Amino acid sequence: MAFAPPPAGIGTKRLVVGAHYGVGNFLLQRLTALVLVVFFALLGARLLLAGPLDYVAWASLFVPMWMKVLTLVALLALLYHAWIGVKDIWLDYVKPVWARLTLQTLTALWLLACAVWSVQILWRV
Amino acid sequence: MSTPAAAPRRNRPEFRNIHVTQIVRYRMPMPAMVSIMHRISGAALFLALPFLLWMFDLSLISESTFERMAMVASGWFVKLVLLFLIWGFLHHLVAGIRYLVLDLHVGLDLPQARGNALAVFAISLPLTLVAALKLFGAF
Repeated sequence: MAFAPPPAGIGTKRLVVGAHYGVGNFLLQRLTALVLVVFFALLGARLLLAGPLDYVAWASLFVPMWMKVLTLVALLALLYHAWIGVKDIWLDYVKPVWARLTLQTLTALWLLACAVWSVQILWRV
Repeated sequence: MSTPAAAPRRNRPEFRNIHVTQIVRYRMPMPAMVSIMHRISGAALFLALPFLLWMFDLSLISESTFERMAMVASGWFVKLVLLFLIWGFLHHLVAGIRYLVLDLHVGLDLPQARGNALAVFAISLPLTLVAALKLFGAF
């Protein structure tokens, strides 16, 4: 079966097989980073303006629905950001396939568990 | 036939398939320091995630668990751990913003890249110092 020559602009060095070459994760790593910068900047500014907080003032920050949703979105962005970064670390340093797959699987399950836990934490307030 | 390449002037160390243990013998330029610290701080924050979520949970459940969280955070060892995590967060944040800017092809030339790598430490380390003074009750 003959392959057509790559279309112009794709290049001759790689075989176009429909793989994503990590572009999606590359972009999501940066997108989630932006979400986190904005979230922590807003939260940091809010906390610096408020001064020392007691329990009621701190907990009441997370009572409004929009704040729960905003915080959950930021936490999910953090967890996905961590998934990409930690997966890169395993890919760089852990060469045996069985060890790499085990660590990646445990990482994914753990981050998923953290996501569920985050919902519980926020919606209990 | 091609002629053999000229002999190198000096016997420079040659690194192929770099092993982690070799890294400690490198003379790391400033951007490399930022890079490896970015990875170390990210890994540390990942490992600390259960601890941080647990603290966050305690701080929100009730008045008494909030007090318990404050008790936990008042021990000197936990304070040291928290300070390390604060450094990790600040370095990861500032270095991360640098990477976002570099992705826009701004500040990529070597002199600028060295300069803005130095700027990462010049911002994150004083902020960590302020956090340390606050954490250990200097003000």
